[in-house]
Amino acid sequence: MSVLIDRFDVFAGGFWLTLQICVLAALGALILGAVVAVLRISPVPPLRAVGTGYVNVFRNMPLTVVMFFAAFGLPALGSNADFLRIPGLDVVFSRLGTDLPYFRFALIALVLYTAAFVCEALRSGVNAVPPGQAEAARSLGLTFGQNLRYVVLPQSWKASIVPLGSVIIAMIKNSALVGFFGVVGDLSQTADQLTSAEGYAFVPVAIGISIGYLIMTVPLGAFLDRIEKRQAVAR
Amino acid sequence: MRITRVAALAAAATLALGMTACGGDDAGEGTGAGSKSFAAGTTMERLNKAQSIKIGTKFDQPGFGQKGLSGKPEGFDVEVAKIIVKELGIPEDKIEWVEAPSKVREDVIVNGTVDFVAATYTINDKRKERIAFAGPYYEAGQNIMVKKDDTAITGPDSFKDGTKKVCSVTGSTPAEEIKKYVKDVATQLVLFDTYDKCRDALKGGQVDAVTTDNVILLGYIAKDEASFKLAGDNFTKEPYGIGVKKEDTDFRTFINDTLEKAFADGSWKKAWDDTAGKFGAELGDAPTVNRY
Repeated sequence: MSVLIDRFDVFAGGFWLTLQICVLAALGALILGAVVAVLRISPVPPLRAVGTGYVNVFRNMPLTVVMFFAAFGLPALGSNADFLRIPGLDVVFSRLGTDLPYFRFALIALVLYTAAFVCEALRSGVNAVPPGQAEAARSLGLTFGQNLRYVVLPQSWKASIVPLGSVIIAMIKNSALVGFFGVVGDLSQTADQLTSAEGYAFVPVAIGISIGYLIMTVPLGAFLDRIEKRQAVAR
Repeated sequence: MRITRVAALAAAATLALGMTACGGDDAGEGTGAGSKSFAAGTTMERLNKAQSIKIGTKFDQPGFGQKGLSGKPEGFDVEVAKIIVKELGIPEDKIEWVEAPSKVREDVIVNGTVDFVAATYTINDKRKERIAFAGPYYEAGQNIMVKKDDTAITGPDSFKDGTKKVCSVTGSTPAEEIKKYVKDVATQLVLFDTYDKCRDALKGGQVDAVTTDNVILLGYIAKDEASFKLAGDNFTKEPYGIGVKKEDTDFRTFINDTLEKAFADGSWKKAWDDTAGKFGAELGDAPTVNRY
């Protein structure tokens, strides 16, 4: 078990990189997922079809395949995902701005995949709002946008926060895949590094990276439990 | 009289049986339980008695250990392993091949999942802390593969200015070695689980070079001479050894003896010519076995 202390810097570095990719992917997935959810519940049939199509494609494909498409399909199409070199953001998240595109590719894959689940979590929340609410808002003359913004989404939020949390926790664990698609130094790739290159036994290293993931997911789960309790009071 | 006759018959029968047994042995080229004599209690004796052996090798390493359509791994590592198995008096078809990718090689030896590992296994001190090496049976060296029209990369020092990107395989010795040359790991180094992905990244232009042992790179160049070439000479020495349990000195000595015999009688050279040698890689002189 001495590896946990001797190579603490390696674990800490891996933790930091995994945290970076998770924060960015969670932000991206929440935004994109909200957009897709709006498409899916919009009154315009072609937009609904686009939303439904998106969810069907990305929710039903294994993440590994999405990762493959991002890491090896995008380059084949001539893209290095340079649009993600967002000025300002790449100061904090230094990997966003590097010449090596694999961090960006992995991010794209995680966002696309998770957004489908985020969309469904949000939509389940919207469906939990009694239809009378939206009908009443419409009869007051609110537009679709106003209806969502002032009446439906504030109420749906309460019902979707818990499933949304589960989706994000799943995403954090899914991020363990990025190390196999060219991102060097994330938490799970760290395990590879320590076991095969430096010859440490696998089990202590696996315990170390598990602790890293638990540090991210357990507080998030506890936070969700808290919100759930408060929400029970609010009802 | 009658008794003598019976005795003579019995003697003749025993003799005949004995001869058949011998004949059977010859047909199997000296395999079978007890076909070779080893000191009691050694790994060699146990394996010979059991008439089966488990060997860890790679299933995805062209020229060394690659599992193709035949369902059996093929390559130089596999052939060397077969030479050792033959010396143990076990027929080839009794070998159980176990996939041993880089990161589990020590674990499968320590846990006893396999009896030995032959898997482009570079001998180094860190690994010697957990297992022991027989051999080396080959000395490879790290090199760099670039696109055919690339003239900017001439050797590992070309990565020192921090602009050139290089790909290798997670947890491999070459990946560790190249870290000494790159200026910033986060922006210059990509690691995948297989070299195929590195080659694709090189072809796609995401990286400028792929680095690993020369023989592996030659395998890729042989398949696509129009696209790739080596940049410069080998810059490391990577002796490949056979991994065995750390405390099993007898078995290690036995493998070392077997390897030296194979160097001398030409079976080592033949193994090379049939496998990795087809890619045009040089075998060089037989390495000196290191009995540490």
